Amino acid sequence: MTKLTGSQILMAMLKEEGVDTIFGYPGGAVLDIYDELTRTDLRHILVRHEQGAIHAADAYARASGKVGVCLVTSGPGATNTVTGIASAYCDSIPVVIFTGQVPTRLIGNDAFQEVDIVGITRPCTKHNYLVKDVKDLARVIREAFHIARSGRPGPVLVDLPKDVSNSKVIFKVPDEVELRSYNPTYVPNRKQLSKVVELIKTAKKPVIFSGGGIILSKAHRELADLAQKTRIPVTSTLMGLGGFPATNPLWLGMLGMHGTYRANLSISECDLMIAVGVRFDDRVTGKVDEFATNAKIVQIDIDPTSIQKNIQVDVPVVGDCKITLEILNQMIDHEDLGNVEESREPWLHQINEWKKTTPLKYKQGKKIKPQFVVEKIYELTKGEAIITTEVGQNQMWAAQYYHFDQPGRFITSGGLGVMGFGLPAAVGAQVAAPDKFVIDIAGDGSIQMNIQEMATAVQYNLPVKIAILNNGFLGMVRQWQELFYDRRYSSTMFQHAPDFVKLAEAYGAVGLRATTPEEVEPVLRKALSTPRAVIMDFVVEPEESVYPMVPAGAPITKMLLV
Amino acid sequence: MTEKKHILSILVDNEPGVLSRIAGLFSGRGYNIESLCVAETNDAKISRLTMVTAGDSVILEQIKKQLNKLINVIKVADLTGQDYVERELVLIKINAKAEHRAEILRINEIFRGRIVDVGLEHYMISVTGDSDKINAIINLLKPYGIKEIARTGSIALYRENQTKV
Repeated sequence: MTKLTGSQILMAMLKEEGVDTIFGYPGGAVLDIYDELTRTDLRHILVRHEQGAIHAADAYARASGKVGVCLVTSGPGATNTVTGIASAYCDSIPVVIFTGQVPTRLIGNDAFQEVDIVGITRPCTKHNYLVKDVKDLARVIREAFHIARSGRPGPVLVDLPKDVSNSKVIFKVPDEVELRSYNPTYVPNRKQLSKVVELIKTAKKPVIFSGGGIILSKAHRELADLAQKTRIPVTSTLMGLGGFPATNPLWLGMLGMHGTYRANLSISECDLMIAVGVRFDDRVTGKVDEFATNAKIVQIDIDPTSIQKNIQVDVPVVGDCKITLEILNQMIDHEDLGNVEESREPWLHQINEWKKTTPLKYKQGKKIKPQFVVEKIYELTKGEAIITTEVGQNQMWAAQYYHFDQPGRFITSGGLGVMGFGLPAAVGAQVAAPDKFVIDIAGDGSIQMNIQEMATAVQYNLPVKIAILNNGFLGMVRQWQELFYDRRYSSTMFQHAPDFVKLAEAYGAVGLRATTPEEVEPVLRKALSTPRAVIMDFVVEPEESVYPMVPAGAPITKMLLV
Repeated sequence: MTEKKHILSILVDNEPGVLSRIAGLFSGRGYNIESLCVAETNDAKISRLTMVTAGDSVILEQIKKQLNKLINVIKVADLTGQDYVERELVLIKINAKAEHRAEILRINEIFRGRIVDVGLEHYMISVTGDSDKINAIINLLKPYGIKEIARTGSIALYRENQTKV
C-alpha cells in the first residue's frame, strides 16, 4: 500500500465526505495543505479575512444543506475564525474548521503564530481535536464530519500541526464512525407523543412555536402538515423563519422582542404550546415568569439540554424534529379530532382581530423608510431570494418585512448576533446557490465590519447584492438609547462614512444610490438585472426604530408599538 | 428550591483535554465544583471522575445533561440518594507538643487513622472516610494547631447489586 502525507489524506477524506468547496486563507502552517490543494479538483474560495471564511462556510452549509468547510492557518488565522465558530455554535450550523498548527515539537513553546486554538474554542465548538499523529488523521476527520452533521449540528474544529500535514502514513479509508459516548436520540418516545395527542384534542387555543430545529432537520413539510390538519397557528423564532410558509393564513409572524402583536399575544393567551426545535432564548421569552403562563407546554428537541433549561415544560420529547413530527402526524391521523375547522374558529378569529387592529406597520415619510426597502425587495424578488443579514435593525426589518415561504432562504447570525456576518454569508450562499438572488440586507455599521469580502465576491463573479439601509447610526443601539437612555446618543452616530457607491466601484463592483422613496424601486430593479456584485446605498430615515418592541426583561405582551 | 449536595460519578475517555472540557463547562455556566477526583479505571481508555457539586434540582438536571452532551463523556451517574460507598483521604500535619501527643493519638485511633510521619513537634495523620468523618477529625484536631492539610476530595462507587456505573 502506498503512503500518503497528512495533506493528501485530508484531501482524500474531504472527497470521501462529499466536500467540493472550501473557504479559506493560506499561511505558513498550512503551506503543505495548500500545495496539495493544487492537485485536487476541490473548489477553494480565497476570502480576504478568516472571519469571512467561517461565515461563508456557515452560510454555504445553510444554503446547500451540506457541511461547510473552512481552512485557515495557525495563530491569528485560527483566532480570526473564533467569532464565526461561536456564531455557528449558537445557531447549530454544521461546519468543520481546519486550522494549521505549529509542528508538534514546538507546541507549548510560544512559537511564532502558535495559539492553543483547541483550548480557545472548547466552549464554542460541538467538539474539537488536536491531531498529534498522522495515523489518527483520517479517523479524526471522519468523526469531525459525523459529529458536525448529526444530532444537533454544530461546528467541529480540527487542529493540524505542520508536521502532521507533511508526514506520511499508510492511508485506509476509516469505517463508519462509532462513538460509544455519542448517540443522539432521533426517534422519540411514543408515550410522550400520545400525551401530546391528548393535549391537542382538548386544547382550545393551541399554538405551534417552531425554531431553527425545523430547518436543520428539514421538517418543514411535516410542520405544515401538522398545522394544517389540526388548524393550529404557527409562530417562530428568528432562526425558524422559512420553516413555515409566511403566506399561509395560519402564520402568526415571528414572536419575541420584535415579534408581531398577534404572535406575542397568542403566546400569552394560548392553552397549549407545542414548541419544536427551539431553545427559549431570552429574546423570545422576555420575562420568563410571565411567559405562556396559561399554557401546557410541549417541547420537542434533539438536544436534551435545550429542554427544561429556561422554561419548565409539561411534556418533554427528545427526538429529531422531522421524525417526531412524522410520527405525531401519523398518530393524529388515527384520532378523531372532530371538526377542527369549527372548533378552532373562535381562536383563529381572535388572532385575526389582533392582526387587524395591530398589524406590523410603519409610517411613510419624505425620506426612505428602511421597512419600505425591505418590502420592495420582497416584492421584486417574489420572495424567492436568499436573504442574509447583518445584525441590528437591518436584521429585524428583514425578518419582519421579507416573508419567507421556504427554509434555507433566511441566513442570519441569530444566537450570537454577529455584525459583519451578512456579506461573507452572502458570498457563501451565492457559491452554494449560483442561480438564486442572494441579497445582504445590511446596515451602514455592520457592512463595514467585513466589507473586504467585496473583493472575494468580485474575484469569483458572485453577483451578490448588498442593500445598505444607511441611517448614519448604529441603529439598534441608537434605538435603545432613544427609548431607555433619554436620547443620549453615546458613540452611535458615525461622523464619517465612506461613499459606498465609490467603494463598490473601487472593488470592481457596481454602486447605486437611492435618496428618495421614488428611487428605491428603480435602484433595486437595476441591481437585480445586473449580473455582478452590487452595493445599493439606501439613504434612509436616520431615527427610524423597529416596532413592536418588548423592552429587555419585560413580559412579551408589554410591547411598544408605532 | 433548595440546594443540595450531589456526588456525580462520571466515566470519560482517558484523553488529554477532557478534564479541561468539564472544568470549562462548569466555570462557563457558573456551576459549582466542591471537589473533583479523577484517575484511570481498570480500562486504561476510561477515567472515572468523581465530583461533588451542589445545586437545586433544575440546575442538577442541566449539569447532568450538559455533561452528557460532551463528546468525551461516556456516562454520568448521580449517586446521591442511592446506596453507595464514599471515601476521602486526608493528610493532616499537626503540631504535637509533648503534652498533647497522647490525646492526638487517641483521637487518631478513634478515627482509625494512621500516623504516617512523626517528628519532635509534629505528626502527620492519614485518615480515610466519608466527608463527614474527615470534617469531624479536622474539627477535633483544630485546637492543637493544624499546620497543613491535603484532602483528595470524595471518590465513590455504588454498592453491588445496584445499577453499575
